Order: sequence, then C-alpha cells, then structure tokens
Amino acid sequence: MTALLELEGISKQFPGVRALEDVSFSVAAGEIHALVGENGAGKSTLIKVISGVHKPDTGTIRIEGQEVTFDSPHSAQAAGMATMYQELSLYPELSVAENIFMGHAPRREVGRIGVVDWGTMNERAREILASLNIHDMDVQRKVGTLNVGNRQRVEIAKALSINARVLIMDEPTAALTESDVERLFGIVRLLKERGVAVIYISHRLQEVFELADRVTVLRDGHFVGSKPVAEVSEGELIRMMVGRTITELFPKLPSEVRGDVLEVRNLTRKPTTRDVSFTVRGGEIVGMAGLVGSGRSETAQLVFGILAPDSGEILIEGQRVDIRSPGQAMKLGIAYVPEDRGTQGLVREMRIRENISMAILGSLTRLGVVDKSAERRVGADMIGQLNIIATSGEQTVNKLSGGNQQKVVVGKWLASKPKLLIVDEPTRGVDVGAKAEIHRLMSELAQQGLGILMISSELPEVLGMSDRILVMRQGRLVAEFSRAEADQHNVGSAMMSDQVVVADTPAATPVAGGAA
Amino acid sequence: MSAATPAQATSQGNRLLGTARRMLGTQEGLLLVLLVALFLGVGLYNNQFLAWNNVSDLFNVNAYIAVAAIGMSMVIITGNIDISVGAAIGVLVTLSGYVALGLADAGLPPILVNVAAWVVPVLGGMLIGAINGFFVAYLKIPAIVVTLGMFSILKGGLILVAGGNTLYNLPEGYSIAMEDFLGIPVPVWVMIVLTGVAFLWMRYSRTGRSQYAVGGNAEAARLSGLDTRRILMTTFILSGLFAGIASVMYATQYQTIQAVVTPGLELQVITASVVGGVSILGGVGTVIGSTLAAILIRFIGSALVFVNISPFWVKAILGILILVTVLSDVVRRRRQERQ
Repeated sequence: MTALLELEGISKQFPGVRALEDVSFSVAAGEIHALVGENGAGKSTLIKVISGVHKPDTGTIRIEGQEVTFDSPHSAQAAGMATMYQELSLYPELSVAENIFMGHAPRREVGRIGVVDWGTMNERAREILASLNIHDMDVQRKVGTLNVGNRQRVEIAKALSINARVLIMDEPTAALTESDVERLFGIVRLLKERGVAVIYISHRLQEVFELADRVTVLRDGHFVGSKPVAEVSEGELIRMMVGRTITELFPKLPSEVRGDVLEVRNLTRKPTTRDVSFTVRGGEIVGMAGLVGSGRSETAQLVFGILAPDSGEILIEGQRVDIRSPGQAMKLGIAYVPEDRGTQGLVREMRIRENISMAILGSLTRLGVVDKSAERRVGADMIGQLNIIATSGEQTVNKLSGGNQQKVVVGKWLASKPKLLIVDEPTRGVDVGAKAEIHRLMSELAQQGLGILMISSELPEVLGMSDRILVMRQGRLVAEFSRAEADQHNVGSAMMSDQVVVADTPAATPVAGGAA
Repeated sequence: MSAATPAQATSQGNRLLGTARRMLGTQEGLLLVLLVALFLGVGLYNNQFLAWNNVSDLFNVNAYIAVAAIGMSMVIITGNIDISVGAAIGVLVTLSGYVALGLADAGLPPILVNVAAWVVPVLGGMLIGAINGFFVAYLKIPAIVVTLGMFSILKGGLILVAGGNTLYNLPEGYSIAMEDFLGIPVPVWVMIVLTGVAFLWMRYSRTGRSQYAVGGNAEAARLSGLDTRRILMTTFILSGLFAGIASVMYATQYQTIQAVVTPGLELQVITASVVGGVSILGGVGTVIGSTLAAILIRFIGSALVFVNISPFWVKAILGILILVTVLSDVVRRRRQERQ
C-alpha cells in the first residue's frame, strides 16, 4: 500500500518535556491504523501535529508524497485532515445540519447579498448521513438533544462534509454504549471501503484487534513499532506499550507495616466505582494502577468526601465513618493530593506560606486572626523538609517550577499531619529530579508510619514504589499483586484486558466480585 | 563613623530605589504616585486647587463610594460581583430618612432617633447582602444574575413606595456627615478607619485569607477543607454592611434626602475597585487600592475643572483607566501562565 499521509522523524518539545522524538508514522487510503500507548506516550501530541494544532520542531509531513506544512488547524483541514477529539466539538444549540456545515454552509445570492441556503444545507446533510447508513436522524434537531452516539455520528458527518481524506478518531468509544460501538464500527468500515484513511486511537485493545489493519505503538514520545494487526498478539502489544526500564526511580525503603488505617468495603458509586473493597495499612504504600477513566480518582474522591457514595462502608482505623466533605475527611486524618495541581491543588496568586497553611488554617487561628508567626514556621518547616526551591515562604506559588509547585501541595497536606495520604498522580508533569525527591519523601513518610494510597498511571512508578498494587478497570478492582509478584506484564495486562494472560508471568490474584 | 562611604550610600540608595520600584509595581503604589502628581501638577497650574476647602472636598465627596467599594472589592476578590449596590444604597438612604422622620414624629429623644436612623440601614444592607449571598453561595446562581435581579427589585420597590419623594425636616444632629472632627470631615475619618480595618481583616483574619483563596481557586480551597459557601455568604453580608454604612454617609451629608436610586452608582463603585487593582478574575487586590482609586476619581473630576477642561471628560478618562488596569492584569496572568 502506498501511503496517503506520511510523517517522518517528527520531534516536538514543550518547555521541560520532550513530547515526541523522531516519530515516524504513515497511513494509506482505505486503511484503519490504530495508534496505541500509555497515557503520556505522545499520541495526543502526534494527532495534534497531524491536525495542524502543533507545529513539529523537526521532521516532515507528506501527503501523497508531496511535502506539506500545516500552519494552522485550518490549513490541515484544507488538506483533508479531519479530527474527532474526545470532547466532541459540537454546538449544542444548533441543528444537526448547521453543525455539519459549520464554517462552510452552502450559500445563495439574494440580490447582491450572500445568505445561507438552508434548503440545500439540510438536503446535503441528509445525503451525507444517508451515505453513512444513518437514516433515522432529523437534521433540523438541536444537537444538544441527541445522545452521545448520535452526536458522534454528527461529528463524523461533519468531517466528511469537508471531504476528509484522513479521519483521526481519539478514543471514540470511551463514552459509548455497546450498540453504539457496533454502529460506529460499521461506519468506520464503510469509510475504509470508500478509501478514507482512519487513524484510530483507543485504550481498548479488543477494539484494535477487531477493527484495525495496522497498529503503531508509542512509548514516552518514541516510536516503538508498527505492525499489521494480524501479526501481533495482545500480550506482545502490551509488552511494546509498557516495556520500560526502571532506572530514575528512588527505590522504596523497607518499612514496618502496622494496622489498618483505611478499609473500604463494597464502595459503589455508579458508573465509576463498583463494589470496590481494599485496605491500606500504616507504613505501607499501596499503588493503584489503571487506565484513565478506570475509576481510580473517583474512588479516592469518595474516600475524601468530595463525591458521595451510593453504598458501601469506609473505616478509619477500624471505626466506621461517614465522610461528607473534605473538611470532615481532614478531621479524620485523611489528606488528598489531587491529580491536577493547577485546578485543584494550588491558589497560584497566593504565597507558598499561605498555600501550605490552607488546610490547617483553623488550627492556626486565634479569635479569628491567623497566627502569622506559627504560619511562617509551618511554611519554613515544609520548605526545608520537602526541599522546595524558593527564595522564601513569601514567594507566590506561580513563580515556582512544576516540581516545586507539586511539593507545595504535598506540604499543604503533610502540615495537616495525616494518618492516610492519598496521592493522585504525584509526579505528573514534574522533572526527573523532583520526581525522585517526591518518591524519597513518600518512602520516608511510610517509614514514619503513614499509610499511603498512590494512584499513578506510570507503571514504573507503581512498580517501584508500592508494597502492594491494586488494579482498577472500568470501575472495578480487578486484581491485587504483592510487590514480589507484580511486574509490567501482569499489571499491564490486568489494566488493559480481561482476556489475555501473559504467558511468562506469575498468576495474578483476582479480587473482583464474582471472579475469585 | 558618622560619614557614610560612597559605597554605603549607593547601596542604601539602591535599597530605597528597590523599595520604590516594588511599590510602583503594585497598583496601590501607582495610584499613590498618580494622586501626588495630579495634586502637585494641578496645584502648580492653579493654586486654588490647593485651597483647604477644595482639598477637604477632594477627599470628602467620594468617601461613601470608597466605603461601598470596600465591600465590592471583597466580593470581586472572591470572584463574584454585586450589581445591586447602587440600588441598595438608594433604598437604604431612603429607609434611613423614613426611620428618622417616623421616630421623631413618635416623640423619641433625638439621640435615639438618630442612632436608629444610622443603624437600621446598616442592618438592612446586611439583610440584602445575606439574600444575595444565599442565592450565590447555596443555590449556586451566578452573582451577576442574582444581584441584577436584586437591583431591579430594589429600584422598582423604591419607586413604588417612595416614588421620588424628598424628605426634609430631618431631626437635629442627624446629618452627621456634615460634621468635622479635628478639622477633618467625618466621612473622611470613616473612610480611613474602615479601609484600615478592612485591610487588616483581609490580611490577617482567617475569613479574609479564605476570601482570597476562594477567589484564587475555589476548587483548591474547597478541597483544602474551607467552607466555601459560608465564606461567600459572609462576603456578601459584609458587602451589604459596607453598602449600609455608605448609605448613612450619603444620607447624612445634606439637609434633605431624595428617594431615588442614583443612576450608575454601582458602576462608580465597581470602577473604584477595578481601578484600585482588584482583579476582576478574583483572588487579587486590596481595599487600600480601591479607596485610593475612589479618591483619584474625585481628583480627576475636580482637576479638570481647575484646568478648564470639560468635566464630561471624566467618564472617558475613567473608561481608559479601567481598560488599562484590566488589560495589565490579564497580560500579567497570561505571562505567568506561560512560565
């Protein structure tokens, strides 16, 4: 097959992060090419390069052998690149037809003024939908009233209305029901027959095997390999995705394991958390692995009182507790370092000292007045203990690097002297040095008797830091491994697939309801 | 030992320069410099400007705006806005007048009448603030909608009830804003004291700190265990409190009271906050800034008269000040985000 779209030697660097390095990729007309990799592997950056959002630092893009450059999403679109992002980009208050022809509505002249030709637009919208075997959609209906599956069909029709030659689909099935998935596959196959090149991104490996002709694996911004789907097994694919060396990590120090700090029994909040039970003991780091959307963060947020459970019990040091707000959770000795420090962790306009004291402001207050000298002491303590690089506690947080900002969030929670520390992606977006320091710190805290629940999408981090590893998939706890039995393949397999048992690994301990 | 070496002198000079530069870097410092420059510049052009009468007037006329802007600044710092403040002042001013006349008719001693007429509008302001706060904090309705509704209710209600009446024959001693204390008008004292108290509150109290946190990042504040709803509620009640005090200052500055809502009064208050450096995006600013801005607005208005420029330029100049302030805030944030 000759390539319709060809990328060669693409590199892209963001401040502090090398997102893509020397990646090559090609897709032929009438081919469905799956793009897989862990979170942060560079898939999103690659599709943004193809759709003209990011300009690569080096490398070339060719369409039918002709070298092209995309200066903007618009120029990529003009060259026939259409992208369906995870968050659909439709206008809910406009009709199906208006959405399909947004920006290029058919026009007609009334006198000397061009106006939208509504009749033609609706007619052509109907034709496009019919060509996708969609006959049950009213093109004048508002998109906001459609369900997710139908909205996605509108999105596909929109891509076709600009004569897309390459259609990029980013996790199109993430929010779909099973019957919608079947219908989507039907449409994708139809497009393939018509000679459209489809780049299909998915975490669900079954889909890759069911649908794709070829699969390309990215890892840490590097090209790992590109193979015909028929020549690769699921286990092999997982190995390609996770096969990383654990070098830059600070190893977990041994620590004495104490009694249960947290016990969760049959915790449920549909659809993200289903019947989840586990314990975290003092002195222990429990890693929680899983794909994005597997329900890990939501489970943590149930424990911290941000979300309310449908059913289930939470016990702190053996006592049943009813946690309804973060404030209550804090009083019980729980601390939560959220996933996104920008939107959930920090007040960037405030000083380091003021951020660190935020969770313990009540205990620093006498008669409504904050005791500034006590506050300064706590701030200075944390700056010292966590080795935060700053001129002083009076510096505003937005002047710090990502790693130091993360340490401020951790410091805020350590200041509350918790028994249980929940960290959600503790080292996302921090540089290698800060990462090692955060790992060292977690290890020391465990040694001091703290129970730590660590959610991480980075397998090496989970494997390197955890005494025990829990794996969640689609809202359920599907496996538990001891430190000794866990490795990249069995944890990776449990994260991604329930069908495959990777041959050369010890058996996982299934813990999900019914499966045991 | 007394003679400083040149090197020492330079280093001292540098330190002074550094402090000056840091002060100029803040909106408050900038406003202060503008005020002094305007004062001296216009004074040199026309020394009538420096006459005590005029100077006293410069600080006095907008004192009630500055006080209302303290409450507004708090609201904006939490990431909200209060459109109802102008109508609230109109209603509370009238309320104060009616209380004074009603109780005087009932034959109460003047001192009691006057205290009641000063206190009732303040409580009324807090009630209005509490209603606004309840809708914003607990029912999660955007502040601009809630307070716009409140604005309409208050304005309409005032027209229905009092319909532009003029209240006169106010009791002896009622018009406290016409008094001086140590040669300085009472409203100026009130403005200075309340600005100081509110500044310390914002800086040192737990609730004040929480107000900045909620405005800076409501989600992070909530996840840190702060009761964001209670904080918003408190903020709106405080805004009502300051609107109430501003109303009394306004009501007691003349011998008569007009039962009307001054058009655009809320915009004057919001302008003072915004030009004072309170970020419309929340989380940043001080009440010292808003008070200085309220004074500056009066300075500009007065200065134009003294240099024979039509005072109608005031609005245009204020508009430019607002745009420049907001623009520099937005640019500063963008630059920080890029880092």
